[in-house]
Amino acid sequence: MDGIDTLKARYLAAVAGAADEAGLEEVRVAALGKKGEISALMAGLGKMDPEARKAAGASLNALKDEIDAALRARKVALADAALDERLKTEWLDVTLPGRPRPRGTVHPVSQVMEELTAIFPDMGFSVAEGPQVESDWYNFDALNIPPEHPARQEHDTFFMHRAPGDNRPPHVLRTHTSPVQIRAMMERGAPIRVIAPGRVYRMDMDQTHTPMFHQVEGLAIDRDISMANLKWCLEEFCRAFFEVDKVELRFRASHFPFTEPSAEVDIRYSNTGGQLKIGEGDKWMEILGSGMVHPKVLQAAGVDPTQWQGFAFGMGIDRIAMLKYGIPDLRAFFEADLRWLRHYGFSALDVPDLAGGLSA
Amino acid sequence: MKFTLSWLKDHLDTDATVEAIAEALTDLGLEVEGIEDPTAQLGPFRICRVIEAVQHPNADRLRVCRVETFPDGPGGRSEEVQVVCGAPNAKTGLIGVFAPPGTHVPGTGVDLKPGVIRGVESNGMLCSERELMLSDNHDGIIELPSDAPLGVRFIDYRGLNDPVIEIKVTPNRPDALGVHGIARDLAARGLGKLKPVSVTPVPGRFPTPIAVHIAPELKTKGCPHFAGRLIRGVKNGPSPDWMQARLKAIGLRPISALVDITNYFTFGLNRPLHVFDAAKVKGDLHIRPAREGETLLALDGKTYTLTPGQMVIADDNGPESLAGIMGGEASGCTPETTDVFLESAYWDPITIAATGRALKINSDARYRFERGVDPAFTLPGLELATQMILDLCGGEAGTVVQDGAPLDTTRTYRLDPARVVSLVGMDIAEATQRETLQALGFTLNGNEVTPPSWRPDILGDADLVEEVARIASLTKLQGAPMARTQPGVPRPILTPLQVRERTARRTIAALGYNEAVTYSFIDARSASLFGGGTDAVRVENPISSEMTHLRPDLLPGLLAAAARNQARGFMDLALFEIGPAFHGGEPGDQHLHAAGLLVGATAPRDPHGSRRMVDVFDAKADAEAVLAALGAPSRVQITRKVAPWWHPGRSGVIGLGPNTLATFGEIHPRVLQAMDVKGPAVAFTILIANIPAPKAKTPTRPALAISDLQAVERDFAFVVDSKVEALTAVNAAQGADKTLIESVRVFDQFTGEKAEAQMGPGKKSIALTVRLQPQDKTLTEAEIEAVSAKIIENVTKATGGTLRA
Repeated sequence: MDGIDTLKARYLAAVAGAADEAGLEEVRVAALGKKGEISALMAGLGKMDPEARKAAGASLNALKDEIDAALRARKVALADAALDERLKTEWLDVTLPGRPRPRGTVHPVSQVMEELTAIFPDMGFSVAEGPQVESDWYNFDALNIPPEHPARQEHDTFFMHRAPGDNRPPHVLRTHTSPVQIRAMMERGAPIRVIAPGRVYRMDMDQTHTPMFHQVEGLAIDRDISMANLKWCLEEFCRAFFEVDKVELRFRASHFPFTEPSAEVDIRYSNTGGQLKIGEGDKWMEILGSGMVHPKVLQAAGVDPTQWQGFAFGMGIDRIAMLKYGIPDLRAFFEADLRWLRHYGFSALDVPDLAGGLSA
Repeated sequence: MKFTLSWLKDHLDTDATVEAIAEALTDLGLEVEGIEDPTAQLGPFRICRVIEAVQHPNADRLRVCRVETFPDGPGGRSEEVQVVCGAPNAKTGLIGVFAPPGTHVPGTGVDLKPGVIRGVESNGMLCSERELMLSDNHDGIIELPSDAPLGVRFIDYRGLNDPVIEIKVTPNRPDALGVHGIARDLAARGLGKLKPVSVTPVPGRFPTPIAVHIAPELKTKGCPHFAGRLIRGVKNGPSPDWMQARLKAIGLRPISALVDITNYFTFGLNRPLHVFDAAKVKGDLHIRPAREGETLLALDGKTYTLTPGQMVIADDNGPESLAGIMGGEASGCTPETTDVFLESAYWDPITIAATGRALKINSDARYRFERGVDPAFTLPGLELATQMILDLCGGEAGTVVQDGAPLDTTRTYRLDPARVVSLVGMDIAEATQRETLQALGFTLNGNEVTPPSWRPDILGDADLVEEVARIASLTKLQGAPMARTQPGVPRPILTPLQVRERTARRTIAALGYNEAVTYSFIDARSASLFGGGTDAVRVENPISSEMTHLRPDLLPGLLAAAARNQARGFMDLALFEIGPAFHGGEPGDQHLHAAGLLVGATAPRDPHGSRRMVDVFDAKADAEAVLAALGAPSRVQITRKVAPWWHPGRSGVIGLGPNTLATFGEIHPRVLQAMDVKGPAVAFTILIANIPAPKAKTPTRPALAISDLQAVERDFAFVVDSKVEALTAVNAAQGADKTLIESVRVFDQFTGEKAEAQMGPGKKSIALTVRLQPQDKTLTEAEIEAVSAKIIENVTKATGGTLRA
């Protein structure tokens, strides 16, 4: 069957020589199409005797397969070449900017509040809230600050207007988050552990004060909670919050009407060239006020002071945010300057948690 | 409260250094706010002798002095230094004060350097009082007596080497407003021994002719005890140098011996006193309530108009003194005073505080009386001051006149040593606890404890704990771990609303908004633009006219922030805030809002043409995204009953029945203009608490139902009146077959002039795509036709429109 070898050589050459898909199709039709040369030979097999048909059939089939494979391979090669050609024309300036996506941010105060909520619940605290317009009973009296107590004057209180004829003492914008202590104890009784973060208001506006700021109150009442527990709790908090290996706190005796004994708490830090570092150095900075809840306060909130005792503390949220994140000016917190929000804000997905590290 | 070290040492026998004293004070609760040590400034100035002063060869007004100095101090080597001096009194043999090169001269702020003045070397300075900031005297250099010890530091020679300590005294500690009380705390801490104040009554040489009478209504509350006496024949010159130095050191201006003595008692013993010039007092002194409209020219030169409830000390001429707060000008002592009436009284703290506040007078006397002075020290204070007046001003004392009696403050509390340990968490021995209280002046009878008369703040057992704890030193407190409330992994503690607030915040930030925190109070005009600004939410004493009313909504704060940012050139903004808005002035009249504001364009200009102006559908999409994140149901109603600060045609309320979940839309152009924001501006407000709690009570999801059968989509276009809302058509189509129709979406609308030209005036076209999802068998063409017919019927019926040909 020399004819087959010739055919094979001819068609393989034709396949290799096809310049494009159309040329290739011509070759296919000529060889394997219905009226193609090989198809014709296949059709001729029927007229052969069985012996010869068997031999010729086998070689014809092999030829057909080989040419078919060559056609397919060539087709792929041609398509590749065509694509390569096209890609050469498809050039874009990829240094152009991508389509803009807005980048939102979370305010540092919100971020720090969530950090508090990551840390304190691990020590058994839940989160309580209270109204920002308060009656003077919750803001003062219940906290052992009677009407003529000098501490009332030191609070620089904002008072709400009283309608003529309404002879109740005017409500106040809460001057601290401490009234939430009272509300939480009245609602839940003892034992109790809560923190209460939120907005507070004082009539003060200068370089370092704004008439609104944020505080977090902490309260833990049980049978035997001591000031030593308070110190531990604050040490643990500061270590976790400032994300340092150790912190050192110093308690100083002080006075708050609602705690007895009372202490102001300083934290050890260093300041090298304006760079603050918590936990080292030889400087002390006051960060919060605290103490053992005054029996009169427990009583006002319906908790029996002969059975229960515990601590409370109050801390400025904006202030610890400034310390931790190196934010210089309190007033800028509330100005909503876009540049500030973008610079000091946090990414939407930067949710603080203990496992991943608060600011990781 | 300021005092000097030497003053403290009059009351405390101690060798402790200033540093040790300061540290102890801070730890005791008397926080040191500052220490001024004059050595730092004046230490380098030493006493020198001018060996010879000769005329400067090149300057008429200058002299060249050879000065003998003693750089190593008295008895050390002497060193001759040449100094050019311009003082007229620089002369041979003068004993003066020398500052070597390198010294900082406080009066001029100059650091001395060796120099050449008109061709003559000068290596230091002979100083005037002004250069040392001792006085304004700059007429010449300081001239000391010829026996002044050469080489001695000038501050030591002049007794200026007395560090000034300033402490912050908490309002509960009036006793620490006197040096003696401070010394008592330090002695209790073990920093020395308290020197007792010994009082020897001064016998009256003659009957005091001025009687004192407390009005009966003031005897129970106001002025329980008033005492005084006349001292005749005094000479009221300047007070002695040592007293002036102390008063100056703590920032008081010496006036005259009599006045200085009262100030000295105020700060030394927390015993404010008053001196009347007896020659100007007519008749007896009456302590009585002020009468409406009475006026008094006080010692500060201001005239005060008084009201009943305030107390005066009056004579036949009328009020002479504002009791416990400030004396009157008319009866004040002057250098000519020869007869003085010395007053020592106890005033009710509450009355004094109220009067001081009403009249806005801040005096050292008010400060002390309103915190509470020692009621038992009224007479001893009077005796001590009498003695000092006799010692410093001469004269003779009359008998003591008084009305009322010292307030009896006797009360007892119980010391429970075990409870002290339990509360403080420090092991303080019972004996130590008792010693501490005794050192502070408490008397113990077993465990019954009587506080001293000078501690009005001790009002319960708990106060004893504090005294013991602070003297024991809280600095020594060691932290002790607190037991977990429950074993194991902590339970969730946030309330559903707290969780939602966090979710809303993170979602809105993820949508590209920057979170702002703005003030809860805004100006009246902005508040009224947003439905607020009533008296119920008015702050009675606002700090500025920009902060007078509680905000009724978060948008005014965000719009004001937008205007500020636009003024800085940031025109495109996405701001949000989550926080309380107030609908009334009662506690609890607040609700949590989440508000977002988009202003300007969606993006900066870019090569892809991304920039476009924000519109209502941006705000709507964001509101819907937040509602979805908070678990709001997807089927809601949208109505147009918006508040007046929204654009009436381009805003909507997302609600569930009567319950409003959110409002979105364009801000009303008039509001934008009033708030100075350059639009477009769109916003949303979400009322987080109004979103119903999700129905699912379990984290398990319902089973996923998916069909293998091919879904079919069919498009419909309807011609409707231009004010027909798309949602009406969508809901009508949805209702055609609730099982088969999986979703209905608006995919196009055709409105405007071209649309009206095609479809008739007042018409528009809405195009819907309906997705049919068969559940058990593939749909036949006939079935699809049947559903389509029903959809067309429903929509045309609901909208009054027609299928678009």
